[in-house]
Amino acid sequence: MASSSSTARVRRQLPTSPWLFAAPGLLVVGVFILYPFVSTVVNAFTDRRTLIPGTFVGLANFRELLHDDMFWIGLRNSTLYVLGVVPALVLLPLLLALLVQKNIPGITFFRSAFYTPVVASIVVVGLIWVWLLDERGLVNSLLESIGVGRVGFLSDQWLLLLSAMAVTVWKGLGYYMIIYLAALANVPRELHEAASVDGAGAVRRFLTVTVPAVRSTMVLVAALSSVAAFKVFSEVYLMAGPDGGPAGEDTTLVMLVQRTGTGLTGRVGYASAISVVVFVVTVGLMLLVLRADRKEDA
Amino acid sequence: MSVLANERDVERRPPAGRGPRRRRVTDEHGRRVRGWELALRYLLLLAVLALTVGPFLWQLSTSLKGPTEDIFSSPPKFLPGDPTLHNYKRVADTIPVWDYAFNSLKVAGANVVTNCVGSALAGYALARLRYRGRRVATLVFILAMLVPVEGIIIAQFTTMRELGLNNTLIGVVLPGCVGAMNVLLMRNAFLNLPYEIEDAAFVDGANTWQRFLRIALPSVKGTLAVVAIFAFMGAWDDFLWPLIVLSDPSKFTLTIGLNYLHGTFANDERLVAAGTVIAVAPLIALFACLQRYFFRGVGEGAVKG
Repeated sequence: MASSSSTARVRRQLPTSPWLFAAPGLLVVGVFILYPFVSTVVNAFTDRRTLIPGTFVGLANFRELLHDDMFWIGLRNSTLYVLGVVPALVLLPLLLALLVQKNIPGITFFRSAFYTPVVASIVVVGLIWVWLLDERGLVNSLLESIGVGRVGFLSDQWLLLLSAMAVTVWKGLGYYMIIYLAALANVPRELHEAASVDGAGAVRRFLTVTVPAVRSTMVLVAALSSVAAFKVFSEVYLMAGPDGGPAGEDTTLVMLVQRTGTGLTGRVGYASAISVVVFVVTVGLMLLVLRADRKEDA
Repeated sequence: MSVLANERDVERRPPAGRGPRRRRVTDEHGRRVRGWELALRYLLLLAVLALTVGPFLWQLSTSLKGPTEDIFSSPPKFLPGDPTLHNYKRVADTIPVWDYAFNSLKVAGANVVTNCVGSALAGYALARLRYRGRRVATLVFILAMLVPVEGIIIAQFTTMRELGLNNTLIGVVLPGCVGAMNVLLMRNAFLNLPYEIEDAAFVDGANTWQRFLRIALPSVKGTLAVVAIFAFMGAWDDFLWPLIVLSDPSKFTLTIGLNYLHGTFANDERLVAAGTVIAVAPLIALFACLQRYFFRGVGEGAVKG
């Protein structure tokens, strides 16, 4: 195009060129994220299987879900996961961030070291903890040598879920610590000084200065961690095995999606219906957390 | 260890009567940190260190213990009695671990290149170019970022099958090869650049491509580095997607291969430990080299956002 303009403000470009810049990104996101999202919702109303296209079945998949024990087990475990993991991930990384905030000698080393579990693959993390929590593993030999005796962390249904939660928290600490560090850097120092002058101790300053100042970050962490916790897959899959522990009692919703939807006989339609439940609950969780934030403002 | 921390503090305490020395320990507000408080801090730091890094060291120790050494002893033995690399050789004999590592490297390398190129181009288009439909394009990336990947994984798999790319490494790379979040990160970085420098280049006759390549891109190197690190780690560590796409053991990436090793040889912890060390060591090394860049980039992004 020959629109050679004399003013510098007018961009000289072919009319198609901005789209050429954005094309690779739009193509990837469109084909591999948005199209699968739409087809997940569509498939949820069909009886599609891996090798069979399937037909429209209305709400049949969702009706079946209501009577599927495995679905309720998955929903229960994913919900418990949110309730167990989120409070720990909102509070502990904040305390950790306060601990590494001061620029004392060697602090960069500690910050990086605390981030190591975030860097490591979830598979590595899962296998390390399976070994640590094994009937004959390190945690149990330590417990035995102090006289507590051995605990079946990986064989009991509830202890297994609790152990997986602990691993999720352990792996997430460093990640949320960094988010809190950035927020803490923006807390005005005058607030702390004023509180100190008024004679407030460390705990009191934490509650009256730090927590209110980083509250919006706490809400963000709550939102991020609750969505992630509800969609948990790898930790439980690795620690409980593909079948979800004793009698499948530790199955989570995403594990159920993976189990029912893959393989040559995979029920794609049914797995999509479970996925739709995951979407709805995830969006619900986000709205709930954000609403709780606004209420406290009022 | 509290003793050590106290000694450090004593070392740095300014002698009474003289002015404050330069290397005394101060907090973020420039006030001096008291000795007992510093000791407590180091004590807590070391406790958390043991908790976060300890498990990795225990894994390393297990991987170095020989076949005759009791790895289940109570109380546990932290240092291997007679360290050996035998288990690493046995992993390689049991599964093609170096092939798996090479597959992971290919996937992660491709992911870095495609994410850097794709998100820089798209981010530039969203932030710097004027055209109809720009808002729609931005919205597409925001929507894509909000879609939970775990929920669409089955449809991604069927899409990949329709394209005939399942059970290939290309199939592993494609869905995440231009991350929507990375595009938005790059967009924010480009938005923060002043317009004047580009206008000057424009007057000099530089076209869009030249302005992008010569002027805008060199100014956002920090964000690009963060995108590259995230892309590498994300691809190297990914588990669920390769588990679903890859069925042929010869094409496994390291994470899937490890899960396979664990499933097949669950009774030999030394072997599994050696495998996990092979998988995690390169990443820790990479992170240790780039961590300063990394923390700065993440911090900048968070403060600006």
